[in-house]
Amino acid sequence: MIAPGGAPGRLGPEPLGCVAVFGGVYSNHVALAAAIEDARARGVEAMLCLGDLGAFGPNPDKVFPLLRDAEIPVVRGNYDDSISRGLDDCRCGYTDPRDNYYARLSYQYTFSNTSPENRKWMSGFPDEIRFRLGGLDVLGFHGSPRQRNEFLWESATPTHFLTKLAREHRADVLVGTHTGIHWKRRLSSQSWYVNVGALGRPANDGRTEVWYAILRADVRQLEVEFVPLAYDHQALAHEMATEELPIEFIDTIRTGWWTTCLEILPAKERARGRF
Amino acid sequence: MGVAAAPVVRRLPPSQAVPNSVVPHQSPPAPHPRVSLRALDQLWFQVAGTVCNLRCHHCFISCAPDNHSFWFMERETVREALEQSASLGVKEYYFTGGEPFMHREMVEILEDALAFGPATVLTNATLLPERRVRALARAAEASRYSLELRVSLDGVTPEMNDAIRGEGTFARCLQGVERLVGAGFLPIITTMQSWNDDETESILRAFREVLAGVGYTRARLKILPPLRIGEETSRSRGYDAAERVTHDMMVDYDPSLLLCSSARLVTANGVYACPILLDYPSARLADSLAEAAARPVELAEQACYTCYLSGALCSNMPTSGEVHL
Ligand code: SF4
Ligand code: SF4
Ligand SMILES: [Fe+2]
Repeated sequence: MIAPGGAPGRLGPEPLGCVAVFGGVYSNHVALAAAIEDARARGVEAMLCLGDLGAFGPNPDKVFPLLRDAEIPVVRGNYDDSISRGLDDCRCGYTDPRDNYYARLSYQYTFSNTSPENRKWMSGFPDEIRFRLGGLDVLGFHGSPRQRNEFLWESATPTHFLTKLAREHRADVLVGTHTGIHWKRRLSSQSWYVNVGALGRPANDGRTEVWYAILRADVRQLEVEFVPLAYDHQALAHEMATEELPIEFIDTIRTGWWTTCLEILPAKERARGRF
Repeated sequence: MGVAAAPVVRRLPPSQAVPNSVVPHQSPPAPHPRVSLRALDQLWFQVAGTVCNLRCHHCFISCAPDNHSFWFMERETVREALEQSASLGVKEYYFTGGEPFMHREMVEILEDALAFGPATVLTNATLLPERRVRALARAAEASRYSLELRVSLDGVTPEMNDAIRGEGTFARCLQGVERLVGAGFLPIITTMQSWNDDETESILRAFREVLAGVGYTRARLKILPPLRIGEETSRSRGYDAAERVTHDMMVDYDPSLLLCSSARLVTANGVYACPILLDYPSARLADSLAEAAARPVELAEQACYTCYLSGALCSNMPTSGEVHL
């Protein structure tokens, strides 16, 4: 049970066998509700969320009851950190004026539509969550274990760099989000990095599904399954339109292509997208 | 589904104090603030030394065809540094000069680097015949890591660009960009800001139009602040005496915004603090990468003042100076 104002930093004292890990929610409560149901149906023993509850989508307050009811612990994302502390922006660090315009717009919308109670709840989120999965030590964080807003893209993250992170942070399995595109890499026979992607918006692949990850382990072999989640994206798009959110955001939900904040994408990931 | 609460949590205080790697006061007081390496995230290579086919007026290290103060790096020297960098946990590799494509083995060197991690070349794009672009595209394709081409273009018209970068360079650079785009690259076009802030939007729009003209419709653009050293001092102005980083300025400042907190520059002649201070003997830290990584950098030079104001201006990705866990 998670006490409001203080989420746990550990999942269970007992090793787990199968967990669902959700990335950035970005106010997509429709996808979050669908993901919780989907993960339950697949028989996971626990769920956790790696942060960034707000941004991009409509009515940020709708996300919180879903997480509380399902007792899902949440790691503090850069967005949660900014919103709960009342910072002036999301700390994504865009320098392109167009990216900045959209980032500010959605930050201001999210900030003014998140209740003081929910902000307070977020201020209790931990920076990391550790748990045992089979015989493996898993470390969940937002961007990287050393920096909340660090982007770890598949084409821009060397294996030796991840190996060093895993060693320094004493974990077999590193699990993060923040970029919005899921990927995984085996670092050694028992060591992994997994980016679970995001529930909040599609993965810039022209599909409307969003993604989360199921991790399973018995003894020291990890199995990673990325789950494409179909949800009522038209309902979300409709709600975003009602909230007068930018048409560019709504297009992303409807088409699966990112339209803004593309500056942060490395060459390979950028080339795969449409814009 | 139940989740037991057993909080073993590392939580930062609300003030988010950054582990301060700057030494503000020492006895006897150091003349300049110092920055230690937090982690060697970026490894830069002065691969073409100071040799360039152009002679730009704003070049902050005054590169030119006849500037031989730094010579080309041997492919083997680069390879040794790459090997060492893996155990140091380097995150990305940057290749600069001079003009990297003056180096006969530049494509091979990039292939070597791309076996280790993502690589970025800073180029003027005037030495990119079709054959070389195809070889680059093959190298990019063969790696799991991104190869970024960072192309300097300093104006939206031949007049504006060529006044800085030399006669005919606007057209030659755009031809290079056209070939890169044709081969599937999405080069990052960098431009040194030579206009007032309120003109930025219209200049960016003009850049997009010019680039679309050669088929680059998804242009990635990055604006750099001017550095008032090297040739740039005579083009505009040097620094005022007061424009230095002082101990007081480092109080409450996040040193991770400075490139020297996360990077080193390997040259044919030793390892330097950062790619900006190649001309300053004080910035030469050591012969070897490991030694140079261990040595803090003194913010003794006035160029440090620009870094201080603009953050890590040399990286591909925006840096927001977020606190570190
Ligand atoms: S700015 Fe670049 S292209 Fe121009 S002279 Fe210097 S190194 Fe060469
Ligand atoms: S110029 Fe910038 S990166 Fe180089 S030593 Fe000075 S502050 Fe550090
Ligand atoms: Fe994030």
